[in-house]
Amino acid sequence: MPSESIVGSAVPATTAATAATSGAAGDALGSRMLQPGLDTSHHVVLYLDAISVSFDGFKALNALSLTVDVGELRCIIGPNGAGKTTMMDVITGKTRPDSGSAFFGQTLDLTRMSEPQIATAGIGRKFQKPTVFEQHSVFENLELAMSGPRSPWATLLARLDSASRDLIAATLERIRLARHADRPAGLLSHGQKQWLEIGMLLIQQPRLLLLDEPVAGMTDEETERTAELFLSLAGEHSLVVVEHDMAFIGALGGKVTVLHEGAVLAEGALDAVQADPRVIEVYLGR
Amino acid sequence: MLPSRLPRQAPYALALLLLVPALHLWVPEGSPLHLSDFILTLTGKILCYAVVAVAMDLIWGFGGILSLGHGLFFALGGYAFGMYLMREIGHDGSYHADLPDFMVFLDWKTLPWYWQGSAHFAWAALLVVVVPAAVAAVFGFFAFRSRIRGVYFSIITQALTYAAMLLFFRNETGFGGNNGFTDFKRVLEFPITSPQTRSVLFVLSGLLLAGTLWLTAWLTRSRFGRVLAAVRDAESRAMFLGYRPQDYKLTAWVISAVLCGLAGALYVPQVGIINPGEMSPANSIEIAIWVAVGGRGTLIGPVLGAFIVNLAKTVFTSYFPDYWLFFLGALFVAVTLYLPEGVLGLAARVRAVRDRRAAAAGAPS
Amino acid sequence: MMRTLFALLLLSCLSSAHAALDPAALQALAGDDLDARNAAVVALALSADPQARVVLLALRDDALYTADGRVLVIDGEHLSDAASGASVAPAPDSPEPLTVNNLLRGQVGKALALGDLHSAEVRVRRAAAHELADAPPPAFAAIMHAVALAETDAETAALLRNAAAQAKLSSNDAAQRLAAVQELASSGDPAVAPLLRPFAEASDADPALRSAARAALAAINDRLYWGELLDRVFTGVSLGSILLLGALGLAITYGVMGVINMAHGEFLMIGAYSAYVTQGLFQRHWPAAQAWYLAAALPVSFLAAALVGVLLERLVIRHLYGRPLETLLASWGLSLILIQAARVLFGPQNVQVDNPGWMSGSLVLTPSLVLPWNRMLIIAFAIAVLVLTWALMQRTRLGLYVRAVTQNRPMAACVGVHTQRIDSLAFGLGAGIAGLGGVALSQISNVGPQMGQGYIVDAFMVVVLGGVGQLAGAVWAALGLGVAAKFLEGWTGAVIAKILVLVFVIVFIQKRPQGLFAQRGRHVEA
Repeated sequence: MPSESIVGSAVPATTAATAATSGAAGDALGSRMLQPGLDTSHHVVLYLDAISVSFDGFKALNALSLTVDVGELRCIIGPNGAGKTTMMDVITGKTRPDSGSAFFGQTLDLTRMSEPQIATAGIGRKFQKPTVFEQHSVFENLELAMSGPRSPWATLLARLDSASRDLIAATLERIRLARHADRPAGLLSHGQKQWLEIGMLLIQQPRLLLLDEPVAGMTDEETERTAELFLSLAGEHSLVVVEHDMAFIGALGGKVTVLHEGAVLAEGALDAVQADPRVIEVYLGR
Repeated sequence: MLPSRLPRQAPYALALLLLVPALHLWVPEGSPLHLSDFILTLTGKILCYAVVAVAMDLIWGFGGILSLGHGLFFALGGYAFGMYLMREIGHDGSYHADLPDFMVFLDWKTLPWYWQGSAHFAWAALLVVVVPAAVAAVFGFFAFRSRIRGVYFSIITQALTYAAMLLFFRNETGFGGNNGFTDFKRVLEFPITSPQTRSVLFVLSGLLLAGTLWLTAWLTRSRFGRVLAAVRDAESRAMFLGYRPQDYKLTAWVISAVLCGLAGALYVPQVGIINPGEMSPANSIEIAIWVAVGGRGTLIGPVLGAFIVNLAKTVFTSYFPDYWLFFLGALFVAVTLYLPEGVLGLAARVRAVRDRRAAAAGAPS
Repeated sequence: MMRTLFALLLLSCLSSAHAALDPAALQALAGDDLDARNAAVVALALSADPQARVVLLALRDDALYTADGRVLVIDGEHLSDAASGASVAPAPDSPEPLTVNNLLRGQVGKALALGDLHSAEVRVRRAAAHELADAPPPAFAAIMHAVALAETDAETAALLRNAAAQAKLSSNDAAQRLAAVQELASSGDPAVAPLLRPFAEASDADPALRSAARAALAAINDRLYWGELLDRVFTGVSLGSILLLGALGLAITYGVMGVINMAHGEFLMIGAYSAYVTQGLFQRHWPAAQAWYLAAALPVSFLAAALVGVLLERLVIRHLYGRPLETLLASWGLSLILIQAARVLFGPQNVQVDNPGWMSGSLVLTPSLVLPWNRMLIIAFAIAVLVLTWALMQRTRLGLYVRAVTQNRPMAACVGVHTQRIDSLAFGLGAGIAGLGGVALSQISNVGPQMGQGYIVDAFMVVVLGGVGQLAGAVWAALGLGVAAKFLEGWTGAVIAKILVLVFVIVFIQKRPQGLFAQRGRHVEA
């Protein structure tokens, strides 16, 4: 894909810019980070260690530990209530764990950062239900998602330069919504909204993408293209994909982690995991 | 992005703004074209209301935050300027004393500390901006930080203005208690009830409205406005894109409060009174209906709404006082049920139907 | 009272032949020496002779005269000798009335009260004890003490024990005084403290007395403090129960439908006006049962408010589900219409809703803790309504459906719950409960078109503080806000207290945006 290089090449520059602006804004982030920017010197982008979360006595996560390597494409499966969404909530700062630690790279303590801080630090999240700005045009959705200063004053005076326009145009091509650039996002089909949301993540230039059921409601063709897109992203970005669609996971081919009752039940290649008797029992046993 | 082009209606609006005081000042009283004091003051008052309505629309229509306490900011601006007007009375009050009459009545000997400097116009003008801004900033900071939204936020703002009303009703608070401020004589040494002063105040109100519209247009068309609307439509999406929703809400909230304060400051010299009734929850919620009637999320809608509702109020309260509340109540219900986009939305719908009819009529031939 | 007096007079006339008072004592009464006159009154009070009371009554009624060195009682045309009670005829030429100054009159009142302590009527005895409670003559101490021991009415007995101790306090005997001080230590009467203070502060008094007085003062202040505290708690709980009646319905409607109903206060108003109308009907048609109109007003108010509630839900609220802000505005419009309707129907002035006789009066626990019956009944009523509501929500099919709709509307619809009917019923129920609250309110505050507006902000604060759709939260929040408001009122005055409570709620919401009883969920909202 020709557009990939445009997105890919912009990564180092914009990440540095993001770090600089968050520091310049005098954000509390600066003081909380041991060291600005993402340190992946050990080739690990995400550490979760013994994370526990409970809601009114119900243990949503039970000492969950998980690491994701730089450039890895990780699939998470598990029955309903296994804790997949709660895990995403912890990583993105929506839910604070009762105990355990969560680090982005070596240095960024996710349990002490707010959602916007985590997002600007380089973690993008796609919701289970496609969530786009329905009143805004597709183009504007991407414009808002594009990395850059996030303070009200900066946005008051912000103007789109030609590089940004090109980036948006390239992303529109990539998510195959170029024809719909000026339509309100609310008028897109379900699958198109999924793609738009993925596009919004991409243009954010995140180091780690969390994708909650990205192909739900997509046609087979769209699903196939999504798999291709994800494969092309892996390496440059790290991806964590939560999915129920086994064919899709098979197509992605990465390492699979099975969650059950808030903890990791099994981990490995899809075939191996599917052959694991414990996994079979969880899915079929009861 | 600045709205570089003035809207095409701008010249007409400006002409009207000058025509009204001209008809008041220079057309002799017997002439059918003469505009009375009453009409001039009423229109000036509604212009101030329109500013409040646009400010409300900024936060509600564009930001999705329904405030039921905007009357507070309006009243704070009014009180801040009212303090100056009270001092301008000088020794012409009933007691011919150094202190404002109500303080003499309370047997106070000196001005309270927060009245210091109120005799200076510049200080009063500063207070008009700073006090509503500070109250809005403090309240908004805490409210938005703890992610109070939706009806919760609305109810808390209502409680806020209610609490302020109770506070201002007390004589000891030092703002004239029940009666508030009235019997003003002068503003900047000009007699406050003279036709010239009234006309100037009218034009200023019009200019404030124009400025408010321009500012709101600029805000909402910039990327700031798009983020604000994005926060309104999908707050968590915006948050996970790295925007801090509370910053955007707070900015819009404070700007909105300041605009209300300015409107209040121009309102008080025109109507000649400010009292804690302005802070009653009923007053604040009425502002919402101006916006809803006109069409929220638009620029002109709130202005239209303010005029429609307040003209109706004037007509009803003078001719059928018993039916005003029935009408206003029915308006609340009817607009929310049948006109979710207000009069402007209705006009657009009518136009769409007409176009479709025209297209249908044109198609067979 | 008059009848007893008359009987006593009659008795005294019949027994006049045997009885006779010491004429010398009567002469002292007629003299100029105030101390002697006082002593004479005390002597009369202590006298066992029924004629003594006749003289005291005459003294009180300015019917005592002197003529020819004799003291006479003149009752209309009838003249009698004060000492013997024998009729005097012919009348002396110019009888001179005895002047009675206020001091002496007070003494006479106390002397008579001492006699009244033996009355068969509790009311009379209690009044007498109250009369004696303030500065009783020392000579009465022994009698009051004895009477107190035999007294069956607790209030009277307590007053008398106090009075006896007070009387002893002014005695000349040090041991008596000490005993009195120790006795007063157990008093709950706020008036006792100033009596003891001179003994506690006097430097010349003997040390034993002083330290006893100090200890007694401390004990009394302690008790007064607790009395006041309990009083505040009581008025706070009473306010809280009113808030609860207002907020309970709101908690249901908001919990079920997720809509804020600004017209909720007007359901209170409808309930109160229903009580007013019921009262009028009773006055016109069943005046005999007037005292019980409130019992009839309860179902009437509930139905009236519930009916209006269901009607509004069907006509307006139903069409706005899922649009909370619009619902808020529309319901505000409805409230304006209801207020104006009340104004047109009943006039803009407040209307008079009477307390039935059985609700007036109060329960006196200690002199500093007086609990009015109407407030206690309202607390009991709020508890009853709460229990009924709870039972309805937890124990009936309707409650089950309502809770199902609260938790998961689409799923409830899927399993066959008529969610629309449940909405109507729940809204009607909430409105009806508010109507009941209106009846309670009509008993303690003004009933007017605007009355609902005064409670709506408070009711919302309760719901916000308690958490959405939570009965338990609403209960604790209502009680907490009520008690807090009353305590603050004591220190800062009512307005500032109200402001502080509002500020507190605003600050509280910062920490617990979901209210006291938040349900933590694990769903991501988009």
